[in-house]
Amino acid sequence: MQETQYVKGKFVALEGDRVVAEVMRQINPDVVAAYPITPQTEVVQTFSEFVADGRVDTEFIAVESEHAAMSACIGASAAGARALTATCGAGLALMWEMLWCASGLRCPIAMAVVNRSLSAPLNILTDQTDMMGARDTGWIQIYAENHQEVYDNAIQAVRIAEHPDVVLPVMHGLAGFVLGHTLGRVEMLPDEVVKEFVGSYKPRYSLLDIEHPTTFGAYDHWDYFFEHKRQQWEGMNCALKVIAEVGEEYGKLTGRHYGLVEPYMLEDAEVAIVIIGSAAGAVRVAADQMRAQGVKAGMLKIRCFRPFPPSAVAGALKDKKAIAVMDRSSCFGAEGNPVFIEVCSSLFQRGIRAKVVDYTYGLGGRDTVPGEFCQVYRDLLQVVQTGVAEPVFRYLGLRDF
Amino acid sequence: MAQKGWKEISLAGLVADPGNSVAYETGTWRAFRPVIDFDKCTHCMFCWIYCPDGTIMVEDSKVLGVDLKHCKGCGICATECPRKAIIMVEEAKAQRG
Repeated sequence: MQETQYVKGKFVALEGDRVVAEVMRQINPDVVAAYPITPQTEVVQTFSEFVADGRVDTEFIAVESEHAAMSACIGASAAGARALTATCGAGLALMWEMLWCASGLRCPIAMAVVNRSLSAPLNILTDQTDMMGARDTGWIQIYAENHQEVYDNAIQAVRIAEHPDVVLPVMHGLAGFVLGHTLGRVEMLPDEVVKEFVGSYKPRYSLLDIEHPTTFGAYDHWDYFFEHKRQQWEGMNCALKVIAEVGEEYGKLTGRHYGLVEPYMLEDAEVAIVIIGSAAGAVRVAADQMRAQGVKAGMLKIRCFRPFPPSAVAGALKDKKAIAVMDRSSCFGAEGNPVFIEVCSSLFQRGIRAKVVDYTYGLGGRDTVPGEFCQVYRDLLQVVQTGVAEPVFRYLGLRDF
Repeated sequence: MAQKGWKEISLAGLVADPGNSVAYETGTWRAFRPVIDFDKCTHCMFCWIYCPDGTIMVEDSKVLGVDLKHCKGCGICATECPRKAIIMVEEAKAQRG
């Protein structure tokens, strides 16, 4: 039997922000327009050094705000350029208006979001409030658990965005500080392998194609606006398939396979935690500890939040006796936080009436440790034992809840 | 114009067919119609210069009339005409004759 040969990379220790900058260097995009903001600053700082040192050919636009950063990326993308950027928290909020323009104009921009809370009270630390707030902007959203995933997602994001069946912008999230500012072990592929994997961008339309003059952003009345929104739905629907395909192709190249969701000890699990992002690492440890105590504990990590993969999620959770959905953002006044709502809707539509509870955790950078996730598993065992899920809305790691 | 479904139209409303605004008859928006009194008109071309939609029809340096398929009835021509040769008539009345 022949052993599968994967491309051999180089193992390096890098902060998450530098990982993003290194991928941008390897891709060598046409345009980067970005504005520095904690905890994303190192991405822009490092990449601007690459520009200054002549290690990339990229046109780097030092803009005056994030609104301008996204506007410049949209203009560049419409002109047929491959445009990348990065932001976080308040910066993403300032981009708001233009996020919709990027997706509505079908500009396949890739953007790293170094997840940060939104003030007030003033806070620069990590949670997912920024990206969860942007979940309806028409951008594809994938999240990383660790440094290696930051690297791998940043590469795949470009391929996903530019796929002819998708043509939508992608934001890929990594936890501020927890991943962004800590050193992690990353296997970096050779530059030429990354360049070959992402290929060159071939836009269908371009402002600079004077042989085929095209107008971008014309006014769209009630008679066609709705139809163009339906096209965006189609791009999102296709993205589910494309994200899985790109993840599979990347897996064949590197040995690291990516899908829409990633189960851990889930198949025979009775109690399950559903989570997105860096805290999944702590859940793995908790699941191991509970297994050692004879509890059938498992985890479902959601990698791709937009488009949400309802069949994959419902399929993985259908036979679980109790499920805890972890939300690192807060929808004040809603009947559940973002991830909970999606999970419940996916289950309900497939006739699965599972016992599901929603935990808000880790807001404003609060650490959540494996022991706390063990408590969540014990809480779930109690739900199973009593048959009572109430209270459905819970807080993890909050004092006096 | 027959309206098309989302599969038939260009992605994101991009206009890859330059000059196709002619096919969009903005004249249906009009509430008031410009009517030119050719006894007063000196063919000074002020209306032609000021019309934001290029609807003043001209040939051999003479104003022929208004392209009513595209005139939105904004009234700028009537305001700018130095001879007050253009009046705005309520569209319904103009159609009745």
